[in-house]
This record gives sequence, C-alpha cells and structure tokens, in this order.
Amino acid sequence: MLIKKPSNIKPSEITPESVYRNRRQFVCDGSKVLLGAAAASAMPSLANAQTGDSLKARAPASMQRTPPAAWWADKFADIKPAPDSEPFYTGEALTPYEDVTQYNNFYEFGMNKGDPSSNSGSYQADPWSVEIAGEVAKPGTYNLEDILKPHDLEERIYRLRCVEAWSMVIPWVGFPLADLIKRFEPTSKAKFVEFETLVDAETMPGIRSRFSIVDWPYREGLRMDEAMNPLTLLAVGVYGDYLPPQNGAPLRLIVPWKYGFKSIKAIVKINFRETMPHTTWVDLQSQEYGFYANVNPDVHHPRWRQDTERRLPQTLFSRSRIATRPFNGYGEQVASMYEGMDLSRYY
Amino acid sequence: MRKLIKPLVFVLALVPFAVLLLRIKQNNLGPDPVQELSLETGEWTLRFLIIALAMTPLRRITAQVEFTRHRRMLGLFALFYATLHLAVWLVFLLEFRWFAMAEEIFERPYITVGFSAYLILLALGLTSPRVMVRKLGKNWKRLHKLVYVAAVLGVVHLLWILRLDIGPAVFYGALVALLLGYRAWFSLKSGRV
Repeated sequence: MLIKKPSNIKPSEITPESVYRNRRQFVCDGSKVLLGAAAASAMPSLANAQTGDSLKARAPASMQRTPPAAWWADKFADIKPAPDSEPFYTGEALTPYEDVTQYNNFYEFGMNKGDPSSNSGSYQADPWSVEIAGEVAKPGTYNLEDILKPHDLEERIYRLRCVEAWSMVIPWVGFPLADLIKRFEPTSKAKFVEFETLVDAETMPGIRSRFSIVDWPYREGLRMDEAMNPLTLLAVGVYGDYLPPQNGAPLRLIVPWKYGFKSIKAIVKINFRETMPHTTWVDLQSQEYGFYANVNPDVHHPRWRQDTERRLPQTLFSRSRIATRPFNGYGEQVASMYEGMDLSRYY
Repeated sequence: MRKLIKPLVFVLALVPFAVLLLRIKQNNLGPDPVQELSLETGEWTLRFLIIALAMTPLRRITAQVEFTRHRRMLGLFALFYATLHLAVWLVFLLEFRWFAMAEEIFERPYITVGFSAYLILLALGLTSPRVMVRKLGKNWKRLHKLVYVAAVLGVVHLLWILRLDIGPAVFYGALVALLLGYRAWFSLKSGRV
C-alpha cells in the first residue's frame, strides 16, 4: 500500500473545504436526477447519515426520525461537530438517546416522566411559526424555516441539571440564541427576553387535565446578558437528529447553567421586554422557584436538596451520585454576570 | 372456603412487592430507578391505607363481617410498604448520610409530614397485636383513630411532591375525605360523637 507523505500529495488531489462540505448537496442533487422526485423523500436520511460521520453523537439508526418537512433535511445536512474542549463539550459519559427521549418533564403532555414520549403521537412540529414581539426593530411572525435560514447548526454537548436533583449529559444541535437576537435588532429598552410554549389542547393532553394548576402557556425568561451569553443555545436537534416532540420540537432553549425548567420547549413566541417577565414557576410558587434558577449546591429547594445529583441513567446497584457544581460547572463562563448579587436571595 | 380468604388476601397484598422485585431483577425501572421505587412504594402505602380504612364502612354497608377480619392485616401492609418507602429514601437516596436525614426531616415540609405519617403507622403497627389491644383497653381505640391523621398527612405529602398537576392528590384526597365523611356521618347518626 502506498502511503503518500504530505509533500507529495498534489494540490489538485486536495478537495477544497467548500466542495467537501457541499458533497452531500452533490450526492443529493445527483441522486435526485437519477432517481427522480420519488426518491427525494428518501434523501434526507441519506444526507443525514453522512453528516453523522463527523458528529460526536448520533441517534441509534433504528430510532432516527423522519424530517418534519423536506427543508429540515437540508438544514441538518451540515452540522458542525462539537469541539474537543469545554465549555461547548464535555467528556462525561453521554446519557443514552433512549433515556434522553423517554424520561422527560413536559407537563403539556402529562405529569409522569414517560408521558411526554407516549402522549405526543399526534403533535405537529410542522408547519411552525414564531412570533417575535416587543422591544425589537423587526417584530413579526416568522416561519421557522425563515427563522433558521441564516444560522449554521452546531453540535454541543452540555450537562443538564434538573431541579429534581437528577442530571443528564446531552448532545444538542442548535445555534446561539445571541445570533438570532442580533438579527431582530432589540431596542435599547430590551432588558429581558420572554419565551412562550405552544398551547394546543388537542395534541397536548396535559393542557386538558382538570387538575393542572398552571395558567398556560408555559412561560420562561432570561435577562438580556444571559440570553446573549455564548453558552445559551436554541436547539432544533438532539443526538444529530431532529428533536422529538417530548424534547421540545421544533425549537427549544438550552441554558446549561440553570435548572432544566428554564430551558423552555416548543417555543412559539419570543418577546423582548423592559421589565422582568412573569415565569410559570415563579408565578406558581415564588417561595420555591426564582427567576434566575441558577444551579447552586448551596441553596436548597424546599423539596429537593441541591448539593448532589443523580447522574442518569442509573441502575439500583450502580448509582452515580455526584456533587453538584455551582452554575452546573459553567461558572467560568457565567459567574461574572451575577457578581455582587446575593445568590441565596436571587435563587 | 372461608379459611382460604385470608391467605388469598395476604398473597394478593404481596403482588405489588413481587412486581417491584421482578422489575429490580430485570433492571426494568427506567433510567432513574430510585425515583421509580420511591414513587411506587409511596403510592402503594397510600392505596393500602385507604383499602384498610374502607373495611369498616364496607362491613356496615354490606353487613359482611368478613371485611373487618382483614382490616388489621391490610393496615400492616400499609406499614410494610411505608417501611419500604422509607428504606428506599434512606438507603438509595440519602445513602445513609444520617446528618442529611435529620436535616431533611426538619427542613423539607413534605418530608416532615411524610415522616410524621410513618411514625403514626409504626405506632399503630406496634400496638396491633391482640395483647396490646387488651393492654391498652379504651386508649387503643383512641390511638388507632390516628390512622385518619396518617391518611391525611399521606395525601398532603403526595400533594407536596406533585408539580403542576395535582390529579393524583385530588384522587386519593377525595377517597380519604369520603371515608372520613362516612365515619363522621355514621358517628353522628348513632349519637356516639
């Protein structure tokens, strides 16, 4: 076998990166010509499978999802893999895809952890639009395709810490919220960003529950500097694949240094405000939940100790209880935003 | 035939326990097995407590003495599942961090309430043998009325754990209220308040 040294590889043999990156486009286009329109629907998975070569994590082949619409497949054809270093990556063992997608809190679909995956069969993540409102230069209701168009997707592996004292490590696919915010040009009055989840009683059985104590829609919010932090992600995928409904399809927030409930799912509205928004949990139990909800091992929740966490998955006899870190281990990136604040008061 | 009912009830009451053991053996408790065990044992405690409490009303309504024959055993099963519930918490969740246990009992209201309910059930269990009934005389009945307090505390404990949807607490709460209401109504009717 001939192994060429770098010096004797002809420049003509080296594929320019732009061409290399577009190879899937080429494969797609060529196949479309060859196989005709009927094959077009099969393309997405092909394109997707090739992207997967470079991603750090992929959904098991048998569990991969069909794209909500054809343009999704193009969007997912080119995802930048997670880097090898913190903070957009962690070497901790990933929580398996099955657990990430079958152990969820998403009360619109029911109250048990398995409910969101089993009760979301009729949920439609396409077509989807997002209302951009409030203190912005370009308010309006936009198709998700248009919202996502200018943004390149990237893979990020984050820790997720639930206020219920369990945690996971999850490879998301998304783009920085900051990039989206800049596009819509918030005014100088925009001090907070408020998010709202879809309310659709027909496809979300939890909304129909008579014993729900929530005033839907589910609402969350961030301070502007938190929203602009490079860690803050808008996710559209998980494990290199399209988000399943239970994980917040088609668009959700990821704020890895805060308890999971801040990372709102199925976003239909992004509202820029001058005043701190009301959020679902604070409105329900302000003694238990605060606006900031930064992961903090020193401030216990009235129901759950926060100094340690159960890293999932566990088995009964190999339990991984680990110490919870301030800001979920992202202190270096975010602690400065809270300098001078009494975090036991602003929990 | 009648003699078979008691062992049958005994075996049936052990079925939830057997199912849990099987699920442990098959590693079929999901990604957070400790949480699952905790929820299951807790809910079965409440169920057995309510079943045990339903025996006297059922006897009165149906005039079948058979029901009261199983009351004590069913109550002891409530204590059995409550003990498992407590053990799961202590062994798997707190991992014998005793300082944490004391802290939890005093600082988390839902645990304060749940632990109080457990102490009541334990006291009732320890005084359930016939010898104790005889020894305590009149006080036995007074003491054992606390079972209603335990049931109410159990429902409050559940209510406090639930988030956003309180359906299960409403369900069990309604059953306990119904049983308590029946008892109050019966006492008033027979003038034995």
